[in-house]
Amino acid sequence: MARIAGVNIPTNKRTIIALQYIHGLGAKKAAEICEKVGIPAERRVNELTDAEVLQIRETIDRDYLVEGDLRREVSMNIKRLMDLGVYRGLRHRRGLPVRGQRTHTNARTRKGKAKPIAGKKK
Amino acid sequence: MARSIWKGPFVDGYLLKKADAARGSSRSEVIKIWSRRSTILPQFVGLTFGVYNGQKHIPVYVTEEMVGHKFGEFSPTRTFHGHAADKKARRK
Repeated sequence: MARIAGVNIPTNKRTIIALQYIHGLGAKKAAEICEKVGIPAERRVNELTDAEVLQIRETIDRDYLVEGDLRREVSMNIKRLMDLGVYRGLRHRRGLPVRGQRTHTNARTRKGKAKPIAGKKK
Repeated sequence: MARSIWKGPFVDGYLLKKADAARGSSRSEVIKIWSRRSTILPQFVGLTFGVYNGQKHIPVYVTEEMVGHKFGEFSPTRTFHGHAADKKARRK
């Protein structure tokens, strides 16, 4: 079991796949990391040597924004919009779609589950 | 898609003149503008603009942080005060 970038403990999957369990790493960045460290695509996490694990950890720390730091940056960006009084910030405050989507119908991801309007029908 | 960098920020030319004039004169007076599409430039910091929202000019005091946004973003064009409670809904 390997512990990379804080709490993440990817299992006995191929390294490229396992790295994607880390928030902020997708297919592209995982592949980049594997290439930098020089891990063949077939190598599984439990077959990695300690040195390789250490190297992966170092590359991530050095080159990538990941997990808590990434989450903090995202929420700081949103907070900035909200404090600035920009239209996008207002939309964030109200929990509505930010990028001009319709809200007459749909937009349930932002608005949450539909709340029934009391007594709409008799 | 984001705007090409080689074009530089978009600003309606007359804003620059208005801003210069405002700096030169008494200051602290609202510069009325209709150009919501213009980018806020660093030289606008510290001035107050009245950004038109289709009805009236909303005063916007430009701070450092606003640079790079558009004027229109600070002057909402729609008013929504929530839905009125439906009177018919009361009787069951």
